[in-house]
Amino acid sequence: MKSTDTSNPEYYHKVVDCQYACPAHTPVPEYIRLIAAGKYNEAYMINWESNVFPGVLGRTCDRPCEPACRRGRVEEEPVAICRLKRVAADYKSKEDVGKFIPKGPFPSNGKKVALIGGGPASLTVARDLAPLGYEIHLYDEQIKGGGMMRTQIPSFRLPETVLDEEVNYILEMGIHTHFKTYVSSLKDVLDKGYDAVFVGTGAPKGKDLKLEGREEAGDQIHIGIQWLASVAFGHRTSIGKKVLVIGGGNTAMDCCRTSRRLGGEDVRVVVRSPRNEMKASPWEIEDAEREDIPFYNNHNPKAFLLENGKLVGMRFELVEAVYENGRRKLVPTGEIVDFQADDIIMAVGQENTFPWIERDLGLEFGEWDMPVVDKVTFASTHPKVFFGGDAAFGPENVITAVAHGHQAAISINLRCQGKDLLDRPSPMVNLVNQKMGIHEWIYDSDVTTDLRFKVPHADKALSLSDRKIEVELGFDVEKAFKEAQRCLNCDVQTVFNFDKCIECDACVDICPTTCITFTENGEEEELRTRLNAPANELSQDLLVSMPLPTTRVMIKDENVCLHCGLCAERCPTAAWEMEKFFYKTAKAG
Amino acid sequence: MTYIKPAFRHPDAQKNSIGFYRKDYEGALSTLCAGCGHDSISSAIIQACFELAIEPHKIAKLSGIGCSSKTPAYYLGQSHGFNTVHGRMPSVATGAYLANRDLKYIGVSGDGDSASIGMGQFVHAIRRNLNVVYIIMNNGCYGLTKGQDSATADAGSMSRKGAPNPFEAIDMPSLALELGATFVGRSFSGDKAQLIPMIKAALSHPGFALLDVISPCVTFNNNKGSTKSYDYTREHIEATGTIDFVPIEQEITVDYKEGSSKEIALHDGSIIELSKLANGFDPTDKLSSILKMHEARTKGQILTGLMYIDPDTKGLHDLLQTSDTPLNTMGADVLNPGQAALAKINSEFR
Repeated sequence: MKSTDTSNPEYYHKVVDCQYACPAHTPVPEYIRLIAAGKYNEAYMINWESNVFPGVLGRTCDRPCEPACRRGRVEEEPVAICRLKRVAADYKSKEDVGKFIPKGPFPSNGKKVALIGGGPASLTVARDLAPLGYEIHLYDEQIKGGGMMRTQIPSFRLPETVLDEEVNYILEMGIHTHFKTYVSSLKDVLDKGYDAVFVGTGAPKGKDLKLEGREEAGDQIHIGIQWLASVAFGHRTSIGKKVLVIGGGNTAMDCCRTSRRLGGEDVRVVVRSPRNEMKASPWEIEDAEREDIPFYNNHNPKAFLLENGKLVGMRFELVEAVYENGRRKLVPTGEIVDFQADDIIMAVGQENTFPWIERDLGLEFGEWDMPVVDKVTFASTHPKVFFGGDAAFGPENVITAVAHGHQAAISINLRCQGKDLLDRPSPMVNLVNQKMGIHEWIYDSDVTTDLRFKVPHADKALSLSDRKIEVELGFDVEKAFKEAQRCLNCDVQTVFNFDKCIECDACVDICPTTCITFTENGEEEELRTRLNAPANELSQDLLVSMPLPTTRVMIKDENVCLHCGLCAERCPTAAWEMEKFFYKTAKAG
Repeated sequence: MTYIKPAFRHPDAQKNSIGFYRKDYEGALSTLCAGCGHDSISSAIIQACFELAIEPHKIAKLSGIGCSSKTPAYYLGQSHGFNTVHGRMPSVATGAYLANRDLKYIGVSGDGDSASIGMGQFVHAIRRNLNVVYIIMNNGCYGLTKGQDSATADAGSMSRKGAPNPFEAIDMPSLALELGATFVGRSFSGDKAQLIPMIKAALSHPGFALLDVISPCVTFNNNKGSTKSYDYTREHIEATGTIDFVPIEQEITVDYKEGSSKEIALHDGSIIELSKLANGFDPTDKLSSILKMHEARTKGQILTGLMYIDPDTKGLHDLLQTSDTPLNTMGADVLNPGQAALAKINSEFR
C-alpha cells in the first residue's frame, strides 16, 4: 500500500465518522465536548454556523451521524448526538447567542437574490448571503417561514416557539419576506431583475392511491402532508375515532401520532412492506408504538370500502416478501383483510412538481420531469437559477437541505462575482496537539462504559390530550454530561510521525483495541488479513506509514480506535501524537 | 486525567479453547517508562498464556526487585503472584513449586536481580532443575537507580553519559548451560514472532527454562554506543533458527526443508519446530550449542533463538521423587502422621 497522505484533510475528516456522515459536516465531537464543559452557547454557535437550525435538528434530524458513530462499533449503541444538539439549544442563553449572530443592516453589495420557498434550504441561502450584502427576497405561500419544518413536523415533536426562534434569527438579518405569495411563474421572478434565483420549493405534492372507491369517499380520505399542514395551521382540529394511516415512512408516523391527538382512538398504521424495510426511523416507530398504535405490515391496499356513499373501511391483500438476486418482490398471498375506518390518511410518498416553471426559459428538465441540477454546484442550466433541498433531487431531509443551501449560496456568490462555479473555497482545517504534560491531555481521554442514556418523555395521557405538548423532554444537564462523555473524541487524531519511531512496540502492546501493527508492506486486501486484528470493516481506512528503518511499515486500522491516547502516552519519542483536528466546510464569502 | 486503560477491546476478539479472552490474561496498566522493552515482554507473556489456554489461576508469577520485577503487576492479573525481596525469587519459587507442583511458574527477573545480588540463588535454581520459566529482562543497566552499568553490560558498551564499561559481561545463557540448564534461549523484546513461541515452549518444558530477553532501557541505555539499544540489537541480531511451537492438540502443517529444520517432541506431547537452522547447529547437542554461542560472541553477534534443549530432562519433583499429589493439598494428618509414626521410623534406625 502507498503511505497515507494525511496532508489531504479528507483523510482525517473521514476518521471523524459522525462529521463525515453529516451532509453539512457539523463538527460533532467539538460541540459535544463543549456541552460536557457546560459551554452551551459555544456549542450552539458551532451548530448554528454549520447546520443553521440546531434547535429544530436537535429534535427532528434524520441523524445520518448516529449509524456512523464509532461508539456503535465498540458497544451497543452510538452516542445520542442528535439529542445532545438539542441540549445546546435548550440551555444556551438567547441573549448571549444573539450577540454572536450577525445582525443587519449589512453594507450592500448591490446584488439581489430571490428565494422561492421558505424552507430550510432557502433560509440557509438567506443566512449565508445576507451578511455579504445581498438583498434577499424570500417568497412563500404560507403565512410564516420554515417550509416543511412548519407544515409537516407536528408541534409535539417540534414546538412552534423553537422553530420561530431559529427562523427569525435569519429573517431578522433584513430579509425581505413575501409571505402568502404563491409564485406562479419563474419568468415573472426573473423579469424582476434578480441577479440569482434560488428554488427551494421542496417536494410539496403528496402521493395518492387511485383505487376503487377513491372518488366517492372524497373528504374522508386525506393526503398526509397536506393534512399535517392543515393541522399545523389550525384549519383541522378533529378526526374520526377509527383512523387508518397508509404508509411506513416518517410522514406516516407523524400522521398516526397526530390522529391520536385529534380524537383518533383506534389508529392503525398499515404498510405494504415488511417491518424491517419500513422507511421510518426506528425511533419514530418506537414513539408511535409507545402511543398504542399498532402496525400491520405486508398489507397491500386494494380498495376503499363504502356504504351508502360513505367511507367505512379499506380492503387489503396480504403479501409476502420474496427476495430474488437481492431484489425484493411482494408476492400476493390471496388472503384478504378488511379494516374499518372513519378516516384514511395516505402517507405513501411525496413528489416534486414544478408547474410554475415555464419550459421555454432555457432551464432544462430531465428524467421524471425533474430539473437538471449539478450535484456539486446546484446550478441549473439557466445561469441565474439554482436549486436546493428536496426541489433539487427529490425528497431527503432537513439537514440535507441545509447542506444544499450552503453549496448553492457559494455558487450564487461565485456567479454574482463572475467567477468559476467549480473554483470552490477549501474547508478550514486545523490540527492542534493535545499534550498538556505527562499523562495529561487537553481533552478528556477516559473512555466511559456507560450505555446510551434515554431521553425522558412527557406523561402519555397528558401529551395525547394536546398536540402542542412536546413529547420528548430532552436531557437534563446531568444526563447530558454523562451522554456527552460517551463520545470517543474521534476528532482527536492519532498522528504518526514515522521519522521519530524507534519501533519499540509500546503502542502495539498498549492499544486496547489492537489497532496497530508493524509489518512488511503488501497489497491492501492481503494486508488487512494479517494485521494483529484483521481489518474486516472495509469502509474504514488503514493509516499506513512511510517505511521504517527495519523496512516494515506501521499500519493502523482506524475502525475501532477509541482515541484514548494510550499509544501516544506510551510512545517514548512522540512518534504518536494526539492532535485535535478541526474541519469547517467553506461557506459563501 | 489519563492513564486509564479503556474497558473496550476489539469487537472481533476471539476466546481461546477454554473460553477466556486475551483481556483475561492482562494486568494493570504499566507504570514503566514509555517504550520500555519490558512492556513488550509482558505482552508476549500475556499472548503466550492466552494462546496456550492455561487457566489463569493455574499460573504463579514471581519476581524479585527492579524494573523487571515490577512487571508481574502488568500481566496475568488473575494469576497467583509473589513479589519477593531482591534476588531471592528462586528461593520463593522453589518453596512454592515444592508445595504445589500443579501450577505453571513464571519467574521474571532483571540483569541486576539475577546477575548481581541474586547470582547465588540463580545458579542453585539451575542446579536443581527447578521447573520454572526464568525470564531475565536484560537491559544491561540498573534502570531503577538511574542507569548504572549492570553485570550483563558488555565491555566497552557506552552509558548515556558516554563512559564505556570497563568490565567483562556475564553471559547468562552461557553460564546457565555450563551449570546444566536444560532449556536455554535468548530473545529480543522487539521480536514477538520469536519471543512468544519461545515462552510457550519454555512453559511446556519440564525443567528449568532460561529465557534471556534483551529488553532495551529507553531512558538510560538506548543511546549510541550502547550494546543493548534497540538499534544495536537489531543490527547485530543473529537467530539460531526460526522457532514455532505446536501445542499438543494441533497437527503439524508446515513442511520444512530437510537438514535445515528439526522437530523436538516435548514430554507433554507438544512439539517445538525449528526451521532455517544455522548451518550444522543442533540445539539438542550441548557441544554444538556451546560452539555456536562462542562463535557468535567472537563475531560480535547477538545470538537469539533456542540455544539448547534437553527434552528428556527430569524436573525437581522427579529428582526428589516426591508425591504426585501436591503437598499443599494433603491434610495435616498425612503431612504430619504424629508421634507414633515418628517413633516407628526412629526405631528402624536403632
